[in-house]
Amino acid sequence: MKKKISTIVMYVVLAVVSFTMLVPFVWMFLTAFKTTAETMQLDPFVIVPSVWQTQNFGNVIKAMDFVRLYANTLGMMALRILFAVLTATLSGYAFARLEFKGKNIMFALVLLQMMIPVQIFIIPQYVMVSKLHLTNTIFGLVFPGIVSAFGTFLLRQAYMQLPKDLEEAARLDGCNIPKTFFYIMAPLTKSAMVALGIFTAVFAYKDLMWSMIVCPDNRATTLASALAKMNGQYSQKYPELMMAALISCVPMIVIYIIFQKQFIEGIATSGGKL
Amino acid sequence: MRTQEKKKISSRQKSEFIWGWLFILPTMLGLIVLNIYPMIDTIRQSFYKTGDFGKGNVFVGLDNYKKVLGDAEVWQALWNTIKYAIVEVPLSLVIALLLAVMLNKKIKGRDVFRTIFFLPMVVAPAAIAMVWKWLYNSNFGLINNTFHIKVNWISDPKIAIYSIAVIGIWSVIGYNMVLFLAGLQEVPRDYYEAAALDGANEWHQLINITVPLISPTIFFVLVTRIIAAMQVFDLIYMLIDLNNPAWKKTESLVFLFYKYSFEQSKKGYGATVVVVLLMVILLLTVVQLIGQKKWVHYD
Repeated sequence: MKKKISTIVMYVVLAVVSFTMLVPFVWMFLTAFKTTAETMQLDPFVIVPSVWQTQNFGNVIKAMDFVRLYANTLGMMALRILFAVLTATLSGYAFARLEFKGKNIMFALVLLQMMIPVQIFIIPQYVMVSKLHLTNTIFGLVFPGIVSAFGTFLLRQAYMQLPKDLEEAARLDGCNIPKTFFYIMAPLTKSAMVALGIFTAVFAYKDLMWSMIVCPDNRATTLASALAKMNGQYSQKYPELMMAALISCVPMIVIYIIFQKQFIEGIATSGGKL
Repeated sequence: MRTQEKKKISSRQKSEFIWGWLFILPTMLGLIVLNIYPMIDTIRQSFYKTGDFGKGNVFVGLDNYKKVLGDAEVWQALWNTIKYAIVEVPLSLVIALLLAVMLNKKIKGRDVFRTIFFLPMVVAPAAIAMVWKWLYNSNFGLINNTFHIKVNWISDPKIAIYSIAVIGIWSVIGYNMVLFLAGLQEVPRDYYEAAALDGANEWHQLINITVPLISPTIFFVLVTRIIAAMQVFDLIYMLIDLNNPAWKKTESLVFLFYKYSFEQSKKGYGATVVVVLLMVILLLTVVQLIGQKKWVHYD
């Protein structure tokens, strides 16, 4: 009997929390299809739009070139994933499995980068991009994410967990280091690469400050920073604002729901940096 | 025979040296250009006053730091940041831990709950902030109209920073929960069975078994959450506009850094603010590293 009550209490708590998590999303969705007049009507308070204002979608797309914003954001995500996974796989393997002079000092630099708040890098990074005249380009967006100290750490952990005899056997068969790495070891760390890829994608997608600084132009910037601009311009037009927010987050939510296991496990194994 | 073996070993060492450096080279070059040099340069700039319109920067020694220490706006921003962290971090940790304990049981709908709680993690804070700004709207917002109240959630200087912290909690509990769940999976089930036989109720089990056993995870989440909370920016930037009366009471240190460095082009002073932030974060982390000996059990 006591157990039953505690089970009921537990489900009530879980349901209440779920409700709290979902209400903002539902409200964003409902508001996105209302008229501005409906959002400002109190008596009666409008919950579901009386007529679904689908033209809000067209208006917002016209005001902000979302196709372009998506291309910029996805391009930045893809390039950052590519570079981060590639460089981190190589360096993670070397730090985990090879012995060479200077290794410890270099690894200390990797750890140092991980422990320092990113804002400390931003002014000089911006000055570099701006001296190269590459503000408002995809290069500018990708720039700080070309290498990943955190990814190096993550991949190093993955390589350290692999059994030693695999490499020994390869070496006895006459495999040299690049062959052993490429054909035997790297394929075994796929799940860590996926985790790093997901982490890199989410991190890049969410970042606001860097894209505002380096790509202030509406046509060159990312979804997040375009939302910040609209937020300033459309201060009281909540249907348009909610439609813009909806457009910018629905694809990510759909991808998340399809691959939720990989997302959650990827984030859990890469833990702590978001 | 022996010399041959020696030769083999040294050639192996040689090739590990060459390949080792080749493999880490791209990462290290990137880190030096993108992080090590910028870090040194930011610290250097904090000793300079940014020159006006093309004029060179002027070395001012510790003047920026003296100015920071006497700058009421910086102190207010530090205090705002701490207030945000003090609310966001403990509450998000406790709620996430309780949820993780519940979802660690074999219950129906476990995956659905987990997916829902984690959802805000995949949405840009810019979008989340816009939605919450609308929920918080004092005239037409959902919250005030549902409860028939009239609270100025984000324009009352007394409560605005806490309203923002609520969004922070809402955003991050799913993430903390996933980290806790990973820690909980390593706790052997028979510990709980033994405790249940001894008549320990669920609350006692939580305090006496779960918390000590996953204390390394709790410590890790605590340290990383404090570091992240001290860098709060996106939510504040999106929610508080220039004519909001709560402006001064919600500015965070990173917000100030952004304002000085990129809106007012005072990069030297902006650099000083961010170096101060680095020192505050380092101090908090060191204090926790020392304090952990009292409550974190590794074995």
